[in-house]
Amino acid sequence: MTNRIDAFCQAGALTVGNRLLTPSMISTQANEYRNNSLTSGHRACRGCGEALAARWAIDTAMRAAGGQIVVANATGCLEVFSTPYPESAWRIPWIHSVFGNTPAVATGVAAAMKVKGKTGIRVIAQGGDGGTTDIGLGCLSGMFERNDDVLYICYDNEAYMNTGVQRSSATPPMARTATTPTLGSSRGSSPDIGKSVPLIAMAHQIPFVATASLAHLADLESKISRAVAIRGARYVHIHSPCPLGWGTESNQTILLARLAVQSGLFPLFEAKDGEVADRTTIGPRVPVEDYLKIQKRFRHLFRPQRNDEALAAYQAIADYNIRRFGL
Amino acid sequence: MRKQIEGSRAVAEAVALCRPEVICAYPITPQTHIVETLSEITCSGDLKPCEFINVESEFAALSVAIGACAGGARAYTATSSQGLLFMTEAVYNASGLGIPIVMTIGNRAIGAPINIWNDQSDSMSMRDAGWIQLHAENNQEAVDLHIQAFRLAEALSCPVMVCMDGYVLTHAFEAVDIPSQTQVDQYLPAFQPRMSLDPADPMTIGALVGPEAFTEVRYLADQGVRKALEVIPRITAEFQEIVGRNAGGLLSTYRTDDAELITIALGSVNGTIQDVVDQLRVEGIRAGSISIRCYRPFPYEALRQAVARANAIVVLDRSVSPGADGPLVTDVRMALPRASAQTYAVIAGLGGRPITKGSLYSALRRASDRSLAPVTYLDLNEAVIRRESGLVIETGAERGLVL
Repeated sequence: MTNRIDAFCQAGALTVGNRLLTPSMISTQANEYRNNSLTSGHRACRGCGEALAARWAIDTAMRAAGGQIVVANATGCLEVFSTPYPESAWRIPWIHSVFGNTPAVATGVAAAMKVKGKTGIRVIAQGGDGGTTDIGLGCLSGMFERNDDVLYICYDNEAYMNTGVQRSSATPPMARTATTPTLGSSRGSSPDIGKSVPLIAMAHQIPFVATASLAHLADLESKISRAVAIRGARYVHIHSPCPLGWGTESNQTILLARLAVQSGLFPLFEAKDGEVADRTTIGPRVPVEDYLKIQKRFRHLFRPQRNDEALAAYQAIADYNIRRFGL
Repeated sequence: MRKQIEGSRAVAEAVALCRPEVICAYPITPQTHIVETLSEITCSGDLKPCEFINVESEFAALSVAIGACAGGARAYTATSSQGLLFMTEAVYNASGLGIPIVMTIGNRAIGAPINIWNDQSDSMSMRDAGWIQLHAENNQEAVDLHIQAFRLAEALSCPVMVCMDGYVLTHAFEAVDIPSQTQVDQYLPAFQPRMSLDPADPMTIGALVGPEAFTEVRYLADQGVRKALEVIPRITAEFQEIVGRNAGGLLSTYRTDDAELITIALGSVNGTIQDVVDQLRVEGIRAGSISIRCYRPFPYEALRQAVARANAIVVLDRSVSPGADGPLVTDVRMALPRASAQTYAVIAGLGGRPITKGSLYSALRRASDRSLAPVTYLDLNEAVIRRESGLVIETGAERGLVL
């Protein structure tokens, strides 16, 4: 089965119209019994994609697991804005250890639950792209390789935002960050494609790998719900726009997520046991330029003069994704 | 049961008797035999329920243990040398979170130059990590200290590392009495975590703490570690009641009652020191020695009392704090009242160099007649130094600065 992303879209609207759905299809987010796992009052920036993604993902997991979840959290924005002592925004059992060990901590929690016979408790690990694709990759690969009973969720905002927008291995090509400035002859981060942790996860042949987007709530909830139900190592990578780091307006977060998908730059797909099992077709394509030009981190591609060569290279990346995944 | 057994195997058997529920294993010499034996014991079904997890690094080993212990399971791991350094961030994290893991350190030197043999640079590097640190003098003590370590860790909700000299203890075969399962079960109740990750009672563990409370958190941790000074004598006494052996305590003394020359050390070298003490006694020198068993918290008061009559103290360090003598001698000097005995720092046994009775004897003789240098590297091979520094002189630009 192939999902179509435009199935529930209303003309001119950026969200899925829940009112058009039957009660069983209404999203966890619109459900009056939503857990609010990451409750209000935390200190995330306005329009924070990660906060939104985490609340959606964890509330969905809570619903899928009947309230029986434990979460291990990597160091990063999500940890910092949610738990300034003596406050905590988490209404779930939650542990933060250090930056790079979250998958291993989750493995330990899962082992404890198994040995204690608490097999109904589902263990989730979560972190940003720095904690996942860079410093935590060793522990993540170990967790995958052992097929530990952990769902790892990466909230990918494409740089080290907590420390002030430095490049990570998930930073897209040619983006300006604090460590890939657009000064002198430097034109932002490397033009190379970088690292795809979803594909690396698939190489471990774990039971379930998926990408998800803030612009596609029903798809995100479906993937998280199914991932929670599967035993073994699972990985969900959620594209999470960051107004501060990307230089965008806080009311553009969902729009950016949608344009990333519709341009082909962020393919939505899922894989079972190492093979792509499904993908979301994007319908009418959006040129990458529409996505890039509203972000200050890519301003140098348009000013002082338009860099046609760079934009063509960027479009080629999207076109390759569209071909590769059959979007 | 008393049997002839390798130190690593004896420790593994003792750990298994403590019913750990999660064991994380990553190989590093000279600790490896411990986790190998535990994997054997776990696979044979003799230890149930227990999850034995082969991880991808020491950093993961301790991190898995942190998660397991926070999830309410008794957790154990073992490491050495570079492995301990690689997991450093998690070492500090475990104590910061108050997670009562027990970890064995098979003491080994730290590179560069790479060296797989024994000294105590590794555990010394974690001196200030907030763990309770116990040192075994022999394999019987290693066994007994591990069993007590779980009691201690869980009583104080503080991690404990049990240090045993690599090879000298880990690979040595000697007669060791392993307590029975009944004795250990009587001594060590099931793990009751102070906090755990439970959906029925959600808790945030590992929050961000700013300047308004960080000092207080550290103060409480310091107080927590210091409580071990009161708890250790109590749990040692209980161990003796059940197992019938006095093993543990903050330190042990050997012929110190009237001693004027006292040697202080950590770990297996104490056996050699005691032989030399006997020899000096025969020659009429009132010598004695002290084995520090609990290195963190440091037993200042107990040590002060034990060295009360000494006028010369030799402290043997199996690691160096470059530019500041050895770490143990620094602690000993802190423990001594003003204008008390002369202290001598002896750095010995680095990177597996044997500490022989002969060398130790001549150093202690010199200390006895006050002719020992304030800081001595035992058995320093001048020929090697001349050769190595000569190479530097030939190639170095700042000739005058090299030796």
